[in-house]
Amino acid sequence: MNVVLLGATRGIGRALARLYAARNDRLVLMGRDQAALARSAADLATRTGGGAPAAVPCDLDDPAGFPEALDRAFEALDGRVDAFVVTAALFDTQDHLEDDLARAHALLRVDFTNTVVLCEHVRRRMLAQGGGTIAVFSSVAGDAPRKPVAIYGAAKAGLSHYLSSMDLRYREKGVRFVCVKPGFVRTGMTAGLPEPPFAADPEPVAARALAAIDKGSPVVYAPSIWRLVMLVIRHLPRFVMYRLGF
Amino acid sequence: MNADRSSMQEAPVLGGLRPVASLSPPALSGWGQLGVPGRERLDENLARVTRGAVLTRGLGRSYGDSALPPPSHREVAGTRLADRILAFDPDTGWIRTEAGVSLGTLVWTFLPRGFFPPVTPGTQFVTVGGAVASDVHGKNHHVAGCFGEHVASLRIRVADGRVVDCGPDRHPDLFYATLGGMGLTGHILEVTFRMAKIPSGWVFHEAERIADVETFVARLQEAAGTWPMTMGWVDCATRGHGLGRGILQRGRWCEPSEAPPVPPAPLPRRTVPVRLPNWALNRWTTRIFNELYYRKQIPRATWGVLHPERFFYPLDALRKWYRLYGSRGFTQYQCVLPDRDAPERARQFLEVLTSRQGASPLCVIKDCGPQGRGMLSFPMKGISIAVDLWMDERTQALVDALNEFVIDAGGRIYLTKDALTRPEHFRAMEPRLSSFLAVRRAWDPTLSIRSHQSVRLFGDPP
Repeated sequence: MNVVLLGATRGIGRALARLYAARNDRLVLMGRDQAALARSAADLATRTGGGAPAAVPCDLDDPAGFPEALDRAFEALDGRVDAFVVTAALFDTQDHLEDDLARAHALLRVDFTNTVVLCEHVRRRMLAQGGGTIAVFSSVAGDAPRKPVAIYGAAKAGLSHYLSSMDLRYREKGVRFVCVKPGFVRTGMTAGLPEPPFAADPEPVAARALAAIDKGSPVVYAPSIWRLVMLVIRHLPRFVMYRLGF
Repeated sequence: MNADRSSMQEAPVLGGLRPVASLSPPALSGWGQLGVPGRERLDENLARVTRGAVLTRGLGRSYGDSALPPPSHREVAGTRLADRILAFDPDTGWIRTEAGVSLGTLVWTFLPRGFFPPVTPGTQFVTVGGAVASDVHGKNHHVAGCFGEHVASLRIRVADGRVVDCGPDRHPDLFYATLGGMGLTGHILEVTFRMAKIPSGWVFHEAERIADVETFVARLQEAAGTWPMTMGWVDCATRGHGLGRGILQRGRWCEPSEAPPVPPAPLPRRTVPVRLPNWALNRWTTRIFNELYYRKQIPRATWGVLHPERFFYPLDALRKWYRLYGSRGFTQYQCVLPDRDAPERARQFLEVLTSRQGASPLCVIKDCGPQGRGMLSFPMKGISIAVDLWMDERTQALVDALNEFVIDAGGRIYLTKDALTRPEHFRAMEPRLSSFLAVRRAWDPTLSIRSHQSVRLFGDPP
């Protein structure tokens, strides 16, 4: 299988890249930090004993660069990409985002607008090649309004909405959209935050996402308990949500 | 639960540490579950996360306070997300990794390809950076030395913020001070070392029951001549004639012809689900455990092919085993006694221990080869003894008594296990300390990198 990963140098993306590499899939790593890409490519090569995957710089905050980056990624895989996976995103706490509107703007731009635009570029190419899977890591934060993730959750809610709608539109034509919704995962992104119940390590989350991407499941929660948790939260009456802190 | 908490607020403050069970989160502790308020700063990018940090910490397997911040600080940098393997040469075994890679990752990545870490302690859940900082030793110390013997170079963020490469030919002072330097010379970012080539992934192992400690030590020293891996467990709860009886373990890697056809896979692990009550492990239950463990070895000698995890990491099968000690926390006391009169010294050590009512379910004896290259590296030619000690009001006095015995015998202790040694005792057993501190001062004049342990033992500013 030919796979492109944007965000493969850190967190869940790093764990997912290791799973793909371990089963000898052909990879292209994309990310904004060229040095980090080289280190991660070397890591995958030494762990598998195989060759290093290609690394293509791509910054989610620079949509003008998307076409060229995608040209290079597709070219590195001889023009065929079976799965395009986006784990890259910005995160910050609600308090920080309320204090720093420039940061809030950047987060909305990167996590929603630019991710959608990137997926649109990829969708066109996948339709042209006759199909493929676009898997994007959204979040359980986008499932229901909650106090600590208003802005981040709004971006992820929009993203989840886009992915699910596009899956309805294009599955028949062979392009599947997979929306992965992780809960709290212990990575550099969440380091320093108080750990809620059901916190998970990146490896099992990546393993679950991998199975869903292979299968083409439209929506997957990881760990799976979050499907139930969010179902409950969505049905809590508003007067309860006013009182709760989470 | 609240009542439990408030009663434990009264728990004794041991060397400035408290049982983590009595601290409200966030708290940091060593493996012995004694800690301080504090948190880890974690990031995949180690160069970023160590900038300005007071100390770096790996997987937190050191027992005492060496990976805890000094009292004036609340945050240490954590390496465990920096787990990339940057280069590996299958012809020679040379490998370069980020400091947060665990030895377990290396074991399960490279064992199927015929390589194993050159030296491994009794758990695989330590980082490569931690292995350098503690200059860890293992069952093969008498032939392979410490981890540091296999290290070619280190990349370190030193106190002034620069990132420096060092090795035997580049900044050798920094290099040798960092091997076993407890992370006090700078933040270790990358390590280049040599993995050992192994003929198969399985271990050929012999176990023998031995009736007393003098014979035990003599047999251990004898085995060192023919076996690349040796160690033993001794019973230090039974007094009198049975004191120090034990089970001696000898091992070597299987030749391909002896080994099962498939390489071993990681074993399943269980988790100790809850903290046991403090009274569950006491002198009497320890004695029963020791009796059963000793009797288990029937017949007198056994041999055969063993899974490497059962040989190297028997305790890794039980996640969070520190919970067996309850909420009071525990420490380990590990010392090395010089070779001269070793069997007799070992018996005397156990006598000091038992005469003060110390009883340890785990007492491990290992003969060490010569002292390594690290300026503060623990092992020296002689016999190393390690015992677990639960914390109570007698533990400090027991550690003091053991330290006085060790000073008298010309031995020294392992900083990685220590939480309670007094500074004057440490200075008395470490003539090497002043030269180590001189190198450290040269690279870090204001001692901006320091730990709870270095404040306690070296008199660093709090």
